[in-house]
Amino acid sequence: MRGDVLLDIRNLRAFYGRAQVLFGLSLHLYPGEVVALVGRNGAGKTTTLKAIMGLVSATATHATFKGHSLSKLPTYRIARLGLGYVPEDRRIFTDLTVEENLETGRRTAEAGRSPWTPERLFRLFPNLGEMRGRRGNQMSGGEQQMLSIARTLMGNPDAILLDEPSEGIAPVIVQMMAEAIRAMKAEGVAVLLSEQNWAFAAGISDRACVIERGEMRFQGSMAELMADKALREGTLGG
Amino acid sequence: MIALDPSFLAVQALSGLSSASSLFITACGLTIVFGVTRIVNFAHGSLYMIGAYTAATLIPRLLEFSFGPTAFWAGILASALIVGVIGVIIEVVLLRRIYGAPELFQLLATFGVVLVVQDLVVQVFGPEDILGPRAPGLRAPVDILGRRFPSYELALIAAGPIVLGLVWLLLRRTRFGVLVRAATQDRDMVASLGVNQALLFTGTLFLGAFLAGLGGALQIPRVSANTGMDLAIIAEAFVVTVVGGMGSVPGAFLAALIIGQLQAFGILIFPKSTLVVVFLLMAVVLAIRPYGLFGRAEVIGGTHAVGIASRKPQPGRPFILLFTVAALAGFPLIADAYLLKVATEILIFALFAFSLQLLIGVGGLVSFGHAAFFGLGAYGAALAVKWFGTSMETALPLGLALAALGAGLIGAFVVRLSGIYLAMMTLAAAQILYAVAFQWVDVTGGDNGIVGVWPSRWASGPVPYYLLTAALTLVAVLLLKRIIDAPFGYALRAARDSEARAEAIGLAIRRHRWLAFIAAGAAAGLAGGLYAFSRGSVDPSLLGISTSVDALTMLLLGGIQTVIGPLVGAGALHALRDWIMPLTPLWRLFLGLSIIAMVLLFPRGLVGTVRDRWEARA
Amino acid sequence: MTLLTVTGLHKSFGGVVAARDVSFTVARGEMLAIIGPNGAGKSTVFNMVGGQLGPDRGQVLIDGQDITHASPQARFRGGVGRTFQVAQTFLSMSAAENVQMALISRFRQSRGLWTPARERHRAGAVDLLAQVGMAEAADMPCSALAYGDVKRVELAIALAGQPKLLLMDEPTAGMAPQERAALMDLTASIAASQGIGVLFTEHDMDVVFGHAARVIVLLRGQIIAAGTPDEIRQDPQVRRAYLGDSHALEPSQGTGPA
Repeated sequence: MRGDVLLDIRNLRAFYGRAQVLFGLSLHLYPGEVVALVGRNGAGKTTTLKAIMGLVSATATHATFKGHSLSKLPTYRIARLGLGYVPEDRRIFTDLTVEENLETGRRTAEAGRSPWTPERLFRLFPNLGEMRGRRGNQMSGGEQQMLSIARTLMGNPDAILLDEPSEGIAPVIVQMMAEAIRAMKAEGVAVLLSEQNWAFAAGISDRACVIERGEMRFQGSMAELMADKALREGTLGG
Repeated sequence: MIALDPSFLAVQALSGLSSASSLFITACGLTIVFGVTRIVNFAHGSLYMIGAYTAATLIPRLLEFSFGPTAFWAGILASALIVGVIGVIIEVVLLRRIYGAPELFQLLATFGVVLVVQDLVVQVFGPEDILGPRAPGLRAPVDILGRRFPSYELALIAAGPIVLGLVWLLLRRTRFGVLVRAATQDRDMVASLGVNQALLFTGTLFLGAFLAGLGGALQIPRVSANTGMDLAIIAEAFVVTVVGGMGSVPGAFLAALIIGQLQAFGILIFPKSTLVVVFLLMAVVLAIRPYGLFGRAEVIGGTHAVGIASRKPQPGRPFILLFTVAALAGFPLIADAYLLKVATEILIFALFAFSLQLLIGVGGLVSFGHAAFFGLGAYGAALAVKWFGTSMETALPLGLALAALGAGLIGAFVVRLSGIYLAMMTLAAAQILYAVAFQWVDVTGGDNGIVGVWPSRWASGPVPYYLLTAALTLVAVLLLKRIIDAPFGYALRAARDSEARAEAIGLAIRRHRWLAFIAAGAAAGLAGGLYAFSRGSVDPSLLGISTSVDALTMLLLGGIQTVIGPLVGAGALHALRDWIMPLTPLWRLFLGLSIIAMVLLFPRGLVGTVRDRWEARA
Repeated sequence: MTLLTVTGLHKSFGGVVAARDVSFTVARGEMLAIIGPNGAGKSTVFNMVGGQLGPDRGQVLIDGQDITHASPQARFRGGVGRTFQVAQTFLSMSAAENVQMALISRFRQSRGLWTPARERHRAGAVDLLAQVGMAEAADMPCSALAYGDVKRVELAIALAGQPKLLLMDEPTAGMAPQERAALMDLTASIAASQGIGVLFTEHDMDVVFGHAARVIVLLRGQIIAAGTPDEIRQDPQVRRAYLGDSHALEPSQGTGPA
C-alpha cells in the first residue's frame, strides 16, 4: 500500500575535508511517510541530509530517489528530481521579501497534482500572509523557519529533508510547524526530519532512525522506540 | 579666481555627473557579475572597449542607411547586445572552469582575456582610433549660466539613473532578477532549490557584458575608441565597485557619483593628478570600512591552498650554488653583447618575480600591484640621478630605500585586508603611483619619463653591468631564500596556512605581513633600480598594470609552490618573448592564451609540474 | 587550586542574550566540560575565554591575572593553549615543524632571519610529539596525516606553549568513534601529570561523562546545572532540557515548569 520506495540510501559515508563524519549509514523513505532522524547534537543528522542533497562530499554504495541515481548529480539536479531541502539555519534570502523568497523556490508541479501556490501556503502559514512584502532580515526565527519550508514547498517536491525545524523557535510556532508537517503528509509529501526535540519528533513521525556518532543505531516504528527505554537512554542521553 | 565663478562650478558639477553616469553603467555590470560569480573580471574593461569599437563602426553605417536618433540609439543598443553575447562566450569557454580556483588564478585568467582582446580588437577594427559620430538631435550645445555645455553630456547624465532604474526593475520584478539577488547572497541555497547555476551564471555574464558594452558604446560621441580604454576604465570600475561594496548596485551608483564629483573638482585641489584623489578615496574608504560602503562582511577568496611547502633539503646544495655562480660568471665568455643584455634583463626580472614570491607563495598575500615597488625603485634611482646628480652607487640604494618606504606605507594599509580586497588595494596603490608618475610632469617627466640614467663608468658596458646585476641579484635571491627558510618565512607560511592557529600560538600576523611587504618591496626596488640603469631611462609603464601582471605571469609560469619557480619563470617568459615577438604582431594574443592555458592546464607551473612528475616516478 | 576564574560573563548579540551571568572555575589538573543543546551559548562562552569574542560584562582571570580583554597572542603568552573544532595546523609543514613553529613563537624568535626554522627546537618538538604518540611521524607532511593524527599534532602544538589552561573546542569532532576515547585519555593523563586545567565543549556524552571531572550545563545562555558527571546525569532539569527523557515529551509545547 505504501508503494515503491522513494528515497533509498545505502552505506553512506561523508567527510568534511579529511574528517569523516558518517560511517556507512543506510536509510529509506516511502511516499507520504514522516521519518524522524534522531540523535544527539553532533551525531551526524545534519550531515546526513546535506550528503543526500550533494552538499558535502560523500559516497554511498547505492543512492536513489524515485529510482534515479543521485550519485554525482549536482545539487540542483537532485532538487529537480523532487527532493526539497530545508536547512538547519533556514538560509532565508534576507535581502529578499517573503514573496520573492517564495519565487526562488517555484517550480512547476508534475501533471495531476494540485500545485502549491503562495496563496495556499499563506493559508498554511497565516503569519507569512500578513508580511508578504517584508524582508527576510526583519523576520523572527520562527517566521523564517516557516518561510524556509514554504519556499521549498513552492518547488512541489515529493519529499522534503527538514533539518531541525523546531530548533530555537517559540513553542507556539513549534506547534504550527507540527501542523504544517501533518498537512504536507496529507498532501502525500514524504518528510525526512532531523530532530533533537523528542516530543516534537514523536508527535508527528511514523518511523524513527537513531544516529549515534555517524552510525545508525536503530530503525523502527516510533512506537517501538518509545517502548525501548534502555535504547533511548543509551543512545539519546541519560 | 576661476573656482569661485558659479557657472564654472555648475559646469564642473554637470560634467562630474556625466562621467559618474558612464562609470556607473560600466561598474554596475562588474559588480553584478562579481556578486553572483565571485570572480573579479579583469576583462570587463575589454568588453567596454569592444562596445565602443563596435558602436563607432556600426553606427555610421546605420546612420548612412537612415539618419536620425532612432538609428543612433538602436546602434548603441545593438552594440551592447553584441558585447553581451561575447560575455556569454567568455563565461562558457573560460569562467565556468575557474569558479573554484584561487583568486590569483581567476584574476590572471581574466587578464589573459584582456591581452587576447587587445590584439583581436586591432585585427578586427584596425590600429587607428575611431571617432564615432555625434548623436543626431544632440549636437548643439546648451547654455548653462552663460557657459556652453554639450547636450549629449546631459543625455549621459540621464542615462545613469535610467540604467539604474531598469536594472532595479530587472532585479526586483523578474524571476531572473530575484534569482540573481538570491544567488548573490547564497549560491548553495539557490542550487538546493533546483536552480541551475550554470544558466544563471551565463545569464549574469550576459547582463554584465551588456552593461559594459553599453557603457563603452555611449562614449563614442565624446572620445574616440582606442586601445587604451580597457585598462583605463577597469581601474576606475574596480575603484567604484570596491568603494561601493562588491556586489552592491546602489553602492556602485553612490560610489560613481562621489568619484565623478571628486574628479571634476579634484582638479581644483590637486591639479596635477585627479586619479590620485580617486584612489586616495578608495584607500580611505577601505581603511574605515574594509568591505566598502554597502558591502557585506564576508570572506571573499582567501583560497590560499597554493604556496610553498616544506621540502627535505636537497643534498649537494653547495655544489649547485657553486655551479650557478660559475655559470653566471662564465656566461660573458661565451655570450655576445645582445645575449648579455637579454641575460641582464632576465636576472632583473627574476629578482622582481622572486620578491613577489615572498608575498604570494610564502605569505599567501596576493599582491596585484607589485609594479609599484619595482617602479619606485626605478624612479627613486632615476630621480636621484636627475635631480641630485648622484652616482649609481648612491642612486641604487636610494631607489631601494624609496621602494621599501613605499612598501611600508602601502603595506600598513593592506595588511588589514584579505583575499580579493587585498589584491584590489595593492592594484589601486600601484595605480596611484602610476598616475603620479604620469601626471606630475615637472618632476617625473610625465609620459616621456626620465632619460640619461646611466651606470658609473666602471659598471658601464654590457659585461660589467651584467656582472654587477648578476652579483646583486644572486646576493638578494640568496638573502630572500634565507629569509624564507628562517623563522620569519615560516611565520608567514603559518599565517597563510591557518590564521586561527597562528594567532593561537602567539604570532603577530599583521606585523609579520607588514615586514614581508617591506622586504619584498626592497627587493623589487633593487630590481627596479637595476632596470633603470640597464636601460638608461624610466617611464610610467614600469608602474603599470602590465608590469605587475608580468611578475605574476613569471611566478605562475614557474610555479607558485616552488622556491626557484619564479627564476625559471622569468627566464621562460623572456625567452618566449624574444623568440615569439619578432615572428608575430600578435604577441599579446599569444601571451594571453598562454596565461589562460597555464591557469587551466598547468596551475602548478613549469617547475612544479616537472617536480611532480619526478616525484611520481620516484 | 583555582587556575581559571570566570565571573559574571555576559554577552548579547543585537538583543539576543547569548550568555547571561556565567561564572565558573577550573582548577589545575582538572577537566571541566561545558555541554548544552545547539544555540545554548557554549561557543559564546568558550570564545570569550579564548579571546575570539569580547564580553559585554564580566571577567576572566588566569592565576589571578585579568585576561578579559587580552588578544589571542597575549593569552598564549599568559598560558592559554587551545585546539579547534576543525583541527587547525600548518598543512604546508611537517608535524615537527608545526610544533617547532609554536616553540619559535614561545621563545619570541619568529622574526629571526638567519638560522633556518627547521634547525631550531627540533629536539623539543620531537619530545612533544612523543608525548602525544606521534614521534615517528615527525617528518611527515601534516597534510598527509590521518585526521585523528592531525588532532594529536594539534595537541602537541598547544602543549608547546607550556599552557596552564588548555581550551578544547569539541576535541573529538570528526574522529572515528574508536579514536575518541584514546585522545581524551591522552589529554587527561597529560593534564594530570603537568597540572594543566582543561576546559572543553563536547557533543559525545561518553566522552563527557568518561573524562570530565566536572560538567556545567548551559541552556539559553545560562548555567542551569554544574557538578560531577553523576550529579549531572541525575539532574531532572538537565534530563528534560538536554539529555532527553520520556518525561520531557509533553511540556515542550507549553511553558513548562522552568
